[in-house]
Amino acid sequence: MSEAVQSPHAAPAPAKRSALQRLMAQKTIWRGIAAILGFIVFWEVCSQFKGWFGIEIWWIGKVAPPSLVLATWIDVVQRPGYWESWYLSFMRVFLGFMIAQVIGIPFGLALAVNKYFRDIFFPPFEILRPIPPLAWVPASIIFWPTTELSITFVTFLGAFFTIVINVLGGARTIDIQYLRAAQSMGASQWDLFRRIILPGTLPSIFTGAAVGMGITWAVVLAAEMISGGGQQSGGGLGFFIWSSYMGGAMEQVIVGMISIGIAGYLSSSLIRYIGVTSMPWRRLF
Amino acid sequence: MKEPSNVIKDSVSAGVNMSGVFKAYGEEWERQQVIHDFNLEILPGQLTAIVGPSGCGKSTIVNLMAGFETPDSGTITMNGEPITGPGVDRLVVFQETALLPWLTAFQNVVFGPKLRGDMDSATLKAEANRILETVGLTEFKDKYPLQLSGGMQRRAELARAMINQPLLMIMDEPFRGLDAMTRELMQEFYLRLFEESRRTNIFVTSEIEEAIFLADRVVVLSNRPATVREIIEIKLERPRSFEMLSSSEAYDYKRQAMEILHEEALKSFKRTGGQSDFIDAYAKRAD
Repeated sequence: MSEAVQSPHAAPAPAKRSALQRLMAQKTIWRGIAAILGFIVFWEVCSQFKGWFGIEIWWIGKVAPPSLVLATWIDVVQRPGYWESWYLSFMRVFLGFMIAQVIGIPFGLALAVNKYFRDIFFPPFEILRPIPPLAWVPASIIFWPTTELSITFVTFLGAFFTIVINVLGGARTIDIQYLRAAQSMGASQWDLFRRIILPGTLPSIFTGAAVGMGITWAVVLAAEMISGGGQQSGGGLGFFIWSSYMGGAMEQVIVGMISIGIAGYLSSSLIRYIGVTSMPWRRLF
Repeated sequence: MKEPSNVIKDSVSAGVNMSGVFKAYGEEWERQQVIHDFNLEILPGQLTAIVGPSGCGKSTIVNLMAGFETPDSGTITMNGEPITGPGVDRLVVFQETALLPWLTAFQNVVFGPKLRGDMDSATLKAEANRILETVGLTEFKDKYPLQLSGGMQRRAELARAMINQPLLMIMDEPFRGLDAMTRELMQEFYLRLFEESRRTNIFVTSEIEEAIFLADRVVVLSNRPATVREIIEIKLERPRSFEMLSSSEAYDYKRQAMEILHEEALKSFKRTGGQSDFIDAYAKRAD
């Protein structure tokens, strides 16, 4: 009857595999690749439909096919200007984002822990918050001595408000029992801040960073389009799209758009990775 | 002060006295009296259970004794010293787990001593491992709280309280939300710890049986605003076992407490306007 008892040697020890092998064995990765390939095929067929069958498909039929975009891309990557645009946009995003973190996190924490600070600074903060970062562009071009600085400033604004709101919300929802438990074990005010409020806010800090990073990309590109590539400020991916559009090179516009998509994906992956490694207690399930 | 004979006098235990304590919440025009002229003596080395209808202000009493809140008037003293704020000598084990989610079980246990720096790290490590073994968590000491089951979390929390060697342990409905089986195991486990250490314990609960099983004295509270309705001395012998709960003594204790709680429940039912009609109608029909 019950002869299906497993011998202790039934399961061979799994062979050691490299990180890449493990990654390639994941179904998630393959699904992601299949989805992207599927989308590209769909796009190619729709774009070529008119040429092949004489019927133009609404909207997507007007877009250049991926084969053409790829050819343009291969051409574009050989120009140093393209990589310079990557570099410039990345630097602007990174700079604005980092300044927003450095100012936003302490500001949000101060709002959360001090009632007087909150009473004074929260109302003006809330009035400034709904103003779209792009509405700041004309003003910041006047305020700041260089175009570069005004772009960075607008980028900073994009991330700042999101970061502050997340930090404030996260710190305010920390369970009071954690604070009480620590207090009754002899924690000082500084201990409470450093050992309870700070780690307790960390998840919200990363949520704010991830959302803020997205907004920063959106803002920097728009800012680049508006301020343009003058003598002072070089192109950037936003300006790359704008000038391609002005020159009527639609394939290049799409190259620029996809470049931004990849740049944004890389940035948010980096934030997620830092978040996961610095909060080991959160990846338990 | 007359003390029951089964109390072992322990030099590291504390007595607590609350006299004439008032506490209300809310702004002036809508002030809610939560505790009204509250007098209670907690005897050293005893396990005192506090039972009362839900929402009667039990947690407020806990917060006052722990020093998280201050009374509007009246005095609360521990060993004669007034309580002015939270202190290491009184530790609270909370209803829901208050283990810090970003620390492992071990790190949670050593959190307090490490903060105060009152043990060198080798001693602390040995002591923490010893206590974790007592609560049966040696294998799980490097797990984060979210990786532990409900019962394990409560045991880790007990361990965290024990390592600080408080003079007074305040348990605020610590086993609420556990399934029946785990709850029984935790009660037995907790009882064993108490009977070995004989430190002053206050155990707040809404379960009468739990109170009778654990305590030396059961304090039955009235509805909000909370006052002491009755103190029942539980004369079951120690060490306790679950069979004792089916003795006639235990049954009498239970009935006594149930009667009071029933009265209190009816009172609060009647106070809430519309429902009084229902009770009246019910009473008439019963006649």
